Amino acid sequence: MDKRQYYITSGLVLLVVLVLLNLSDQKATRIKLVIGGIFLPLFGMAGSVQQLTGQVANSVTSRSTLLNQIERLQKENQELRQQLMQIQDAWRENAQLRQALSWQKRVGWTLKPAHVIGHDPANWWRTMLIDAGTGEGIRPNMAVLTAEGLVGRVTDVGSGQSRVVLAGDPNCRFSVQVQESRDAGIVAKGVIEPSASSLNRQLVNLIYVPGGSLLKPGQTVATSGDGGVFPKGIVVGHIVDVRTNDFGLNLEARVRLAVNLNRLEIVWVLTQ
Amino acid sequence: MNWINTIAILVTAFLIVFLESHYRGLANLLGAQVDLLPALVVYASLNASIFTVATLSTFGGLWLDSLSANPLGISVLPLFVIGSVIHYCRDLILREQLYAQFLLGLAASAAAPLFTLLSLLGTGAEPLVNGWSLWQWLVMAFGGGVFTPVFFRMFLRLNRAFNYQPLPETSFRPDREIKRGRMPHTDY
Repeated sequence: MDKRQYYITSGLVLLVVLVLLNLSDQKATRIKLVIGGIFLPLFGMAGSVQQLTGQVANSVTSRSTLLNQIERLQKENQELRQQLMQIQDAWRENAQLRQALSWQKRVGWTLKPAHVIGHDPANWWRTMLIDAGTGEGIRPNMAVLTAEGLVGRVTDVGSGQSRVVLAGDPNCRFSVQVQESRDAGIVAKGVIEPSASSLNRQLVNLIYVPGGSLLKPGQTVATSGDGGVFPKGIVVGHIVDVRTNDFGLNLEARVRLAVNLNRLEIVWVLTQ
Repeated sequence: MNWINTIAILVTAFLIVFLESHYRGLANLLGAQVDLLPALVVYASLNASIFTVATLSTFGGLWLDSLSANPLGISVLPLFVIGSVIHYCRDLILREQLYAQFLLGLAASAAAPLFTLLSLLGTGAEPLVNGWSLWQWLVMAFGGGVFTPVFFRMFLRLNRAFNYQPLPETSFRPDREIKRGRMPHTDY
C-alpha cells in the first residue's frame, strides 16, 4: 500500500477540519443551515408519508368512535368558549386598570405554528429542527411552546428551517419562579438547568432557590421573565422532589417538564 | 476505483444521518440514539480505498454536524481516524468473519463518540454529559456492533446486483495439453 496516499488524504481531511473549526460562528451556522437544507426534501417526504398513514388510520376508524370523539370535542369546545368569555372580561378589566395606573399596555402573544421535522442525532445535545424560518418571521431567541408549556428557544434561523434548543439542554438555562409561592406573596425564583443524573429527557433541575422558600412536590414552575428571552408565565413543569443544598442556603428541586419532548409534532413560535 | 461502491456508501451515509435525525423510536426506547456512521466507516475501510474512507468521513461528519448542535466539522476527524487505522491494518483483519465484523463495529462505535466528546470539550463546548452518558455510550457501541455485519451483507448484495461478476474458470490449462503424435519407440 502506497503510504503517500495516506499522507495526502490525511492532510486534506485535517485541512478541511481545521478550516471548518476556525470559521466564525455566523459563517459556520450559515454553512450548517445550507447543508441541512439538503435534507429538507427528505423531511418533507417523511412528513407526507406520516400524514398519509394518519389519513389511512382515520378512514378505518369506526363511526361510533368518531361520534364519541365529536361529542367530547363539542363539550370541550363549549367549556373553552365559556372560559374565553371570562378571560376576555378579565383582559378588558386588566387593560382598564393598567390604563388607570399609566402602566404599559400588555401585548398579546402572536404565535406561528411549525412542524417538528428532526431531532439532534447526537446524544449530548437536546435540539430539534422546525420547518419555519426567516420567511415566517422567525428570529433567534424567540420562545417555542405548546399548549402544555415551554419547549425551548430558537437559536439558528434559515430560510425554511430553524433550530430550537430544548429546555434541559446545557445551552438553555433560564430563570423560573414557582407559581404557588407567588400566590402566597413570596416569590421563589431559581434557574432551570439539565439534570445531572437522569436519562429521562423530561426531568430538569431547578437550582439556586433561596433556602427559606416553600417548595413542595406538585407545585407549578413557570418562566419568570428575567433575562428577556422568555416572557413571564409560560408553564415549564411541576416539581417532583426537593432537597436542601449548601448547608440549607439553597434549595434544589427536580422538575418534570410539562411538555413531552419525545412526542412533539407541532409547536408554536412566539413571534411577539 | 469502484465508484458505484463509493456512491452507494455515500448515499447510505446520507440516509443514515436523515434517519437518525427523523426517527427517534429506538432512542426513546433505549434512551440513546444509535450512530451508524462508525459502522459504515468500518465497512468502507475494509472494502474500499482510503479516498472513499476520507470522502465518507468528511461528508458523513458534515451532514451529521449540520443536523446537530455540534460545531461544524467536529465529527469528521474521529470517523477518519477510525477508518484510516482499520484501512491500514485491513490485511490482518478477518473481514469475512461475522464476529470480526461485530467486534470492529463495536470498537469503532465506542471510539467515535469518545473522540467526538473529547474534541467538543477541547473546543470549549458544554455537551450534556451526566451519569447516564455511560449507558448511552454502551447502547451506541452495541448498536454499531450489531449493524456492522448488516452493512457487510447489504453491500455484498448490492455489489452482486450492480457489478460484473467474475467468469467461472475453465478446466483448460495449456501446460496440461495432451500432445498427439507418434509414441516414442521403446525396446523391451
